[in-house]
Amino acid sequence: MSSKIYDFSSLTGSIDAALNSWMSPGLAVLTELVIIGLVFLIFYALLGLFLVYLERKVCAVIQNRVGPNRVGKWGLLQTIADLIKLLMKELIPIRKADHLLFVLAPFIVIIASFMAMGAVPFAKGLHVLDFNIGVFYVMAVSSLGVVGILIAGWSSNSKYPLIGAMRSGAQIVSYELSVGLSLMAIVVFSGTMSLSGIIESQADGWWIFKGHIPAFIAFIVFLIASTAEINRGPFDLAEAESELTAGFHTEYSGIKFAFFFLAEYINMFIVAALGATVFLGGWMPFHIGNWEGFNQVMDYIPSIVWFFTKTFFIIYVIMWFKWTFPRLRIDQLLTLEWKFLLPISMFNILLIAFLVLMHWHF
Amino acid sequence: MNSISKYFSDLFKGISSLWAGMRVTGKYFVSPGQIVTQQYPENRATLKMEPRFKGEIIMPHDENNQHACTGCGICEINCPNGSIEIITDRVPNADGKLERVIDKHIFHLSMCTFCGLCVKTCPSDALAFGQEFEHAVFDRHKLTKVLNQPGSSLKKEAKK
Repeated sequence: MSSKIYDFSSLTGSIDAALNSWMSPGLAVLTELVIIGLVFLIFYALLGLFLVYLERKVCAVIQNRVGPNRVGKWGLLQTIADLIKLLMKELIPIRKADHLLFVLAPFIVIIASFMAMGAVPFAKGLHVLDFNIGVFYVMAVSSLGVVGILIAGWSSNSKYPLIGAMRSGAQIVSYELSVGLSLMAIVVFSGTMSLSGIIESQADGWWIFKGHIPAFIAFIVFLIASTAEINRGPFDLAEAESELTAGFHTEYSGIKFAFFFLAEYINMFIVAALGATVFLGGWMPFHIGNWEGFNQVMDYIPSIVWFFTKTFFIIYVIMWFKWTFPRLRIDQLLTLEWKFLLPISMFNILLIAFLVLMHWHF
Repeated sequence: MNSISKYFSDLFKGISSLWAGMRVTGKYFVSPGQIVTQQYPENRATLKMEPRFKGEIIMPHDENNQHACTGCGICEINCPNGSIEIITDRVPNADGKLERVIDKHIFHLSMCTFCGLCVKTCPSDALAFGQEFEHAVFDRHKLTKVLNQPGSSLKKEAKK
């Protein structure tokens, strides 16, 4: 049934074979690493630019405005113009800052999101790192970003960044629990932690449909908690403009600021990709049980299209949150996590374990 | 028991109010026909300003080139920036008495903040807001305007 879908591993396999026939195996591996790195860098930059553009357009339409429409067709070149502006800006050195950490912090944030990106399955066979603990790896690596934020706040030697960074620390440490538990719900359902295994287990229906109401609750909890984890939307306390000027990146300028900005948007993509993979079937087309005809029609849509459609749907929902809700206070933020999301997701995972034990899921 | 029911009622009330908010913004998102932005330089020919728009101070004149300004100077006193200057003259009327008329009602657009105090306080409603907003000029002396048209006179019946 799934064999109809084009498998990218035939393409990557042929490139691997060609490289191995031209050069020694060690050199071939090195070349592949360089190629993958370059492809990811370009993808990273283009995705960042596009997400910023998309955010501004979605925000504009929600607020009954037009959004960027002057630079290029429909304003498509606006973010490129912004990038050029940021590249030309001066990098202002802070006199009493901790210089090494100050320079290091944006790179830690960006490396964390880069590492998480490696484990995202983009299409059938298009998967850089397929660990058997994929979910665990993405969780572990994406929470490294908070170290960069804390370092940025500490090394700036200024009160606003420090307050922003401390808030961010408290926020991410708390919401990590709910993200973990809601992802664990689907791990219990599918019985595997590898992302490719989770996708394969959704060949006869996505977990959000197969997992009854508990999977849906887990999806909602995941959406809320991951929005908090990427410091966005109603949970952007770490950089609350009206209170802390710009939060942890107040003292950063030019391209170092752009790194934080870019990492924030890429983290949104990673979170959305993870949610799409775990709850909405990743690149797996929309299949219903054993309706062979319907499933075959769905297979004609390429798997990469399915993946990006689902991911951008979740990105849209996260943007929808941001442009609808007012920012929470820090105590309301922690109340939401510890009094509501965490008990709900803990009860939810018990319910799911019971469902799986009784074989009540499809 | 009471606190438990409060917990769940808080939870569901919260969810329903969040969903209500998301419905509003979602409706805006799917109806782009409601966009209110004016594409300014392109629609310059068809652009219509709202009646309440404060573009500049004008003195309306009727078809006989008559205005309602008696030259009392209340607008000049009320202007916080001193952007109004009134030069009055005394001319004999039909009975042979000297009567005050305005010679020049000078308005410095460059100093005006469009607070509207002059329009509000004018006892004879001689001033109003115009809709013109393209005020950019290369010489700032052009921003000093004389509001009464040359040869205009006071509208008699306007004063009650």
